[in-house]
This record gives sequence, C-alpha cells and structure tokens, in this order.
Amino acid sequence: MISDATLSRFAREVGKYPADQKQSAVMACLAIVQQEQGHISEAAEADIAAYLGMPQIAVHEVTTFYNMYNQHPVGKYKLNVCTNLPCLLRDGGKALEYLEKKLGIAMGGTTADGLFTLQQCECLGACADAPVMLVNDRSMCSFMSDDKLDQLVDSLRTAEGQA
Amino acid sequence: MKADQVLSQFQAAGLETCFHGRHIDPQIYAGLDGSNWGLDAYVKRGGYQALRTMLGADGGAAWTQDQVIATVKESGLRGRGGAGFPTGLKWSFMPRQFPGQKYLVCNSDEGEPGTCKDRDILMYNPHSVIEGMAIAAYAMGISVGYNYIHGEIFQVYERFEAALEEARAAGYLGERLLGSEFSFQLHAHHGFGAYICGEETALLESLEGKKGQPRFKPPFPASFGLYGKPTTINNTETFAAVPWIIRNGGAAYLACGKPNNGGTKIFSVSGDVELPGNYEVPMGTPFAKLLELAGGVRKGRQLKAVIPGGSSSPVLPASIMMECTLDYDSISKAGSMLGSGAVIVLDDSRCMVESLKRLSYFYMHESCGQCTPCREGTGWLWRLVDRIHRGEGRQADMDVLDDVAANIMGRTICALGDAAAMPVRAMLKHFRHEFEAMIPKTNPRTSASA
Repeated sequence: MISDATLSRFAREVGKYPADQKQSAVMACLAIVQQEQGHISEAAEADIAAYLGMPQIAVHEVTTFYNMYNQHPVGKYKLNVCTNLPCLLRDGGKALEYLEKKLGIAMGGTTADGLFTLQQCECLGACADAPVMLVNDRSMCSFMSDDKLDQLVDSLRTAEGQA
Repeated sequence: MKADQVLSQFQAAGLETCFHGRHIDPQIYAGLDGSNWGLDAYVKRGGYQALRTMLGADGGAAWTQDQVIATVKESGLRGRGGAGFPTGLKWSFMPRQFPGQKYLVCNSDEGEPGTCKDRDILMYNPHSVIEGMAIAAYAMGISVGYNYIHGEIFQVYERFEAALEEARAAGYLGERLLGSEFSFQLHAHHGFGAYICGEETALLESLEGKKGQPRFKPPFPASFGLYGKPTTINNTETFAAVPWIIRNGGAAYLACGKPNNGGTKIFSVSGDVELPGNYEVPMGTPFAKLLELAGGVRKGRQLKAVIPGGSSSPVLPASIMMECTLDYDSISKAGSMLGSGAVIVLDDSRCMVESLKRLSYFYMHESCGQCTPCREGTGWLWRLVDRIHRGEGRQADMDVLDDVAANIMGRTICALGDAAAMPVRAMLKHFRHEFEAMIPKTNPRTSASA
C-alpha cells in the first residue's frame, strides 16, 4: 500500500500533465518509490499502475528500460561510478577499482553488511568533474580522488554507526 | 554527521567548471558566481527584460510573433544540442494557427559523453532557460511547456523546480503573463538513466510515460509531437541564448560569432587538459585558444587527438584539430561535427583501441533495441574492438569492423546507430596503425605446413 505522504508526492507529479495523461508521471512515481523503499517491487509497480490507471506491464516496461531503477534490493548506499571515456581519461576506472578493493566487493556486488552496492555506470553528465560518482540516484559527488573516496566511505560508515 | 551532510560535502560548486573567469565575452554564463541563480539576481543582471519588452509590459507595442521569429532567424542561432539546425527556421515550421493544444519542450537530457554545459546553465542561471522558453512559446502560440532533465543530475532538477516556483510567484509564468493576453505553464520532468532519451522523439515517448524508443520521422514533432500534438523541441543552451538575442537584436548576436554561426557557444572540455570545465566563447574561436583556456594538455604532454563534439563525433588527429576554429562549418569541413560542443582531449599516451572500446561498450549498452542493425551491430562492434584490445584480433577484423559500421549507418530509425558507427570509422581512418599493431602476426602458410 502507498502511504498518504507518498500519495501527495505522486499527486504533485500528476498535476504537471494533462488530466488524461497521468501516465506521464510514471517515471517520477517510480523514482519516489525507489527513494522511499530502495527498489521497485512488483507490488509497488501494481500500486503505481492502479494509481495512474495504466497496465502493470506498462509500468514494468519503464522500470526495466531505464538504467537507474533498481529491480532488486540494493545496499543502503548505491555508488554508481562513471567509467565512460571522459571519466576514464581522468581515473574513473581507477576510482571504481579503488572502491572494489576498499569495500572488498566486485563491481555489481553489495557489502555483507548491506551498506554499499557498487556499480559501474554510463555518462552522468558531469564530465569536467571527473572522476564522478552518483550516490543513491540523487547526490552527485565530484572530483573523487582516492582520498575523497576514503573520506566518503568512512564518513558514511560512521554516520551509520559502523566505523 | 548525517549521511546527507556527508554527501553534500562532495557536491561540485561550479568553481572549476563555470566561475573560473576564463570565458570570452560570455552571454549565458556572464556574471554568475553560484549564489546568484535566483530571480532577483537574474532581474538585476537584465533578466526578464526581453520578455517584458516583447509583451509590451513596460509601455510600447508588444512584439508580433513574426517579429520574434524574424529576430531569431537573423541572429543565426543554431541548435546547441548537436544537430545545429537553425532555430528560427525550426520555430517557423510550427503550425501557429493549429486550433488544439501545442507543446514546447526543452531537451536537458544531457548525456552525450563529454557534455556538461546544460547542467551548469540550469544550476547557476535557470531563469535564462525559463525566459527563453517563455519567449519561444509566445512566438509559436504555445501555452504549455516541459523541461526534460537528465535523471542523473537530480540536484539540478530540484534547482530548476525552485526557479520555476520563483517565476510563477513573480508572474513570469502562469496565466496572462505581466498583464498580457499570453499564458504559459512550464513544468520540469526528470529522466532516469537512458542516453537514448536525448533523441527528441525518444524524449517525447519518455515524457508520455513509456520506454524511450525513437519514433519514425516523418511525421516530425512540429506536426505530431507530445501526445500527438504539434511540438517544438530545443536544447537548453538554445533557449538560454534567446533572451540575449531579443534584448540586443539578431544582428548583434550574429556579429559576435561568424557568418552562419551566430553568437557564443559553451564548450565542455574534458579528458587530458589541466583545467577541465565549461568555456563559453564566441563561435569561430580557434581551437588552440580553447585549449589554452583549459590550461593546455595535461602534464606537459603532446596533443594526440580530439573528439570535438561529444563521443559520437568522429575523432580528429591533433594536426587537423589545431587548424580548426570552433564553429559548425570549420569542424564539418575537417570531417567531424561541432555536435554538442563536448571537446574530449586525448594526449600522446593514450591507446586509441582502448578509447574506442569504451565508447563502443557505451553504444551497445544504450542501444534501445528497436532496430536490428543497431541492436546487433553495436554489440558486434564492441566484441571486435574488445578482441583486438585483448590481443586476440585477426587480420580481417578491421575490414569486418568497417563493414559492420557501414551497415549500421543510415539504416536505423534514429541517429544512435550512426553515433556508434562514426567513431569506429574515424578511428580506423586516422589511427589504423594502432589497431594493426595489436593484432598478432600469424606466419603465412607455406606449402610445407599446409
């Protein structure tokens, strides 16, 4: 079930589009659910489909087409490191390797404590800030040298009481 | 410290990419410092004056729609998203007398590798886009607009939403703008990770809440666009250029560029330079000057090659690039494209096979799967380049690469296929020897060994 607080966030998105085009809000509704629940479950897709008056499979098509929707549960912090060419030229690939070593997981994996998921990703649109990394879809982290990667991971661990 | 506070420490502040003071005669980035993105500061910089003048809000006659379009045509403004289509001409295609709803869409789905200019416009000067869109909407008789913003730059999306609230509260958006008969509603929409949605018809599909798969053209968006209604789509930087043009006149804009290439252009310089960043310079500025603004090639190395207009544009060797000026015509003549203005610099330590391998992986990953030549061909290209890079290539591979690329070009619904093929063909054209050098030499068979 969707909470009233979430429904009011949905309603704000739906209000941007013509009354007979509520489906336009599906991407925003899915992003809201992901922010609140961490991933997109089948149940959430069904709820959104019912809310927007569209087939559930059409919601699922959107979930599976766009790279940023988590189709499965991920760690509390999803770290997406860009390794596309402009970043690769400025150590984007090395940043990913550094995090693999630091977190003790391979790209695509999640740490045993469930805190971090590490992923390679395509262009984030912040090429002049390389190396760049997106945390939980909403926080762009720029100029991520090894020192800053240490600082980020260690600070998040401290914030979660797991230092 | 809470997690949100931790993450905010790593957010870029624009000092390196936008407020470095190394632009040349900037228009869009002029006077920005990161704290003055809001409406009051924008108005102090002369913002919304163009809209006021056009609507006759400060006395004087309101401009006619034809007058606005003629001014934009005269300016020589061409689409800043990559295609370089003349903006005024595009606006004139819109069926202004169409009786139903029409839409205006801003393409801020900035995902062409190398490009990060629109991000800084939306983050640090969002009202320039809002004003430009309002002017465009007036010229084409449109009452509703959407700005589709790249999903990965969520903080920028939130900034633009905040600017929209300011503009609505001040009467620059909404019903009967500044007491005129003209109404315009504008909303922000975010993507969620799909390069293909930068293609305008895929963007429209995405805006309708579907998978972002491109549509056949024709019909073009001007006749069948968002929700099947006439729609005009322009890039963020294109809209941001419009207020200056209306304030200063089309001729003045054209004069600060070069003929057929009006105005300034923002170049995103990435890769092997000392100072990566966005640089706004007049069209026609020599490439060598841009390289100098960006601090030159990193660590004193030599320039090897430049991908001048985003990852899809054909690579150019240093000797050709150093002779180019930064405008549509010069770079096109050199065999590449100005594209989105994303200048990716490679120094003499770089392996071109590895560079192409990474780009080919990207196009394979981002092909929407709709057209067979692109869906299958992009994977084929990547596997071939990967094989060569691993030292397992065969002598015939370069011909196969060229053949696969040639069979993708022009055979797909949208330009992603071409975008995947062009870098391959250009790399083979200019750096074939590097590919050859990675392919193991096999002993020719003799009659004795046969």
